[in-house]
Amino acid sequence: MRLLALVVRRLAWFAPTLLGLLAITFVISRVIPADPVLLVAGETATPAQVAALRHQLGFDRPLAVQFIDYVGRLARGDLGTSLYTTRPITDDLATRLPATIELTLVAMVFSIVAGIPLGVVSALWRNSVLDHALRVVTVSGLAIASFWLGIMLQLLFAMRLGWTPLNGRLSGFPPATITGLYLVDAAITWDWTAFAAALGHVALPATTLAFPALATLVRFTRAGVLEVMQSNFVLYQRAMGLPGSVIVWKYILRSALTSTVTQIGLLFGILLAGAVVTETVFDWPGMGTYAVNSIIRSDYNAIMGFTVWAGAIFLVVNLLVDVTHTAIDPRERAA
Amino acid sequence: MRAIAALLRSLARDRSALLGLGLILALVLSAVLAPVLATYPGDVFEIHPAKRLLSPGPDHWLGTDRMGSDIYSRLLFGARITILIGVIAVGASLVIGVPVGLVAGHYHSWTSDLLMRVSDIFLAVPQVVLAIAIAQTLGPSLPNVILALSVTYWPWFARLVYAETRSLEKEIFIESTAALGASPWRLIALHVLPNVASPVIVRASIGMGFTILTAAALGFLGLGPPPPTPEWGRTIAESREFLPDAWWYAAAPGLAIFLTVMGFNLLGDGLRDLLDPRIRRSRGIAAGAGVRDE
Repeated sequence: MRLLALVVRRLAWFAPTLLGLLAITFVISRVIPADPVLLVAGETATPAQVAALRHQLGFDRPLAVQFIDYVGRLARGDLGTSLYTTRPITDDLATRLPATIELTLVAMVFSIVAGIPLGVVSALWRNSVLDHALRVVTVSGLAIASFWLGIMLQLLFAMRLGWTPLNGRLSGFPPATITGLYLVDAAITWDWTAFAAALGHVALPATTLAFPALATLVRFTRAGVLEVMQSNFVLYQRAMGLPGSVIVWKYILRSALTSTVTQIGLLFGILLAGAVVTETVFDWPGMGTYAVNSIIRSDYNAIMGFTVWAGAIFLVVNLLVDVTHTAIDPRERAA
Repeated sequence: MRAIAALLRSLARDRSALLGLGLILALVLSAVLAPVLATYPGDVFEIHPAKRLLSPGPDHWLGTDRMGSDIYSRLLFGARITILIGVIAVGASLVIGVPVGLVAGHYHSWTSDLLMRVSDIFLAVPQVVLAIAIAQTLGPSLPNVILALSVTYWPWFARLVYAETRSLEKEIFIESTAALGASPWRLIALHVLPNVASPVIVRASIGMGFTILTAAALGFLGLGPPPPTPEWGRTIAESREFLPDAWWYAAAPGLAIFLTVMGFNLLGDGLRDLLDPRIRRSRGIAAGAGVRDE
């Protein structure tokens, strides 16, 4: 019941929060000094043409009217037209979404597969050489500028060693589109040339993106395992003479990893934020590159579209994390 | 004073916190003594086309850039910009976020709900995205970067202080002080504030590192102070067209950012251990990119 109440309360705030986010972005994007109408009209347009275009695009109306109009169209799923690509924003975002999802998923899988075992090992062999080495990694992971890490990886692996491509998502023909995720599509259609090419392209950006997430996960897992190892029930099990391996595998890991599961939800947020800058470094044709380019070109509708999308995803993820946390942790349920 | 001395003494026993403090001290010294330490102090503005892209050597410790300016000297002056951005942006976030958190935490009304929802709105998108949008809107300059970072970072302090205040309000000493007839302002200023100071100090240290990282990203995207300002992020962006040959050009400023941010993170971890014995070091989810922050 408590869970249901939480979901209902959070959902009730969902629309106002998103609306508030829209209002902030709207105001910010409309006070940009550069006039988007002039940008669209081009340099040769006469003042009359500019005025006509301004009217046609609706920029001559009061700000509040423009905002209400925007929200109304948004409710019907219409994000408007990009001033730069002249295509509907929803289409633009839809073409770029798979690239970002693919990059984020690969980075997420990488950080989970590497991060959790490393965190466990680091806790079990506390203060060993490995533990100290891993601490250096986790401290670096949160201190390194991701765009710089990306450039250094490019410098070493793409430029000097020539092991991976420098940037982009694919050099040859993309595999037949099924999901839009090149790795998945290539695997389904048994197109291993494309699979290898896609894997080569995603390797560096995914590593760059995964590094801070990996560091967070190692740290968190290590802490969780250590805490459980020092708990009374583990002490009791030791006193009862249970073999160490049983205690570790059956009790410690299970208990420690429940909180890590919650943490994985939050990882998505870290990765999404990181994708904006990482994609720019690697010319990855995803939403992050799109957002940065739109901002630089003063493309209002595109900026708004991206913000709505990113905000909605964040709110949903946060909601899911809270719900999972409440569902998993018995203390939360009882409270 | 005695409390601070005790704090410093126990901090001195924590090797990694000490390393962090050392790194921050090195940063401050580089910034303050930049004109003395720089081998070519004039190179922030002077260009020497004949000495373009020289590799590191005895004359130019970290090589020269595309204008022939000494990279080591420019990095030292860049430290000034980094400190300026970090201190003002985090300071402004504290000034906005802490009062908002205190008031929203103390008063149980629709205003406190509203205040927290407003901060949620800011937390609903990655900070870097919002900061990019604001910095671009206002135009690339140093004050605008600072403004963009302050506007997007204060909600973290508001959230933190709000949560701490709410849990403090359940404590008996707060309840008894209120029962004795203390005014709400007295209660907040003299009893709640000192007790939320520790987590706020820890967050401020880690926030410095995080803010410096975001500022560098803005500079990298061309939204920072315009050239010839020796901002570290922009220097990395400039260096890209000269790779892989001029590797030092890209490597040096990135290392400077890395060491600086690491300094603040290590100090923050050390402070957390000291100030909040309940939370052990390894617990911290650390630094704080968007959601990375708890």
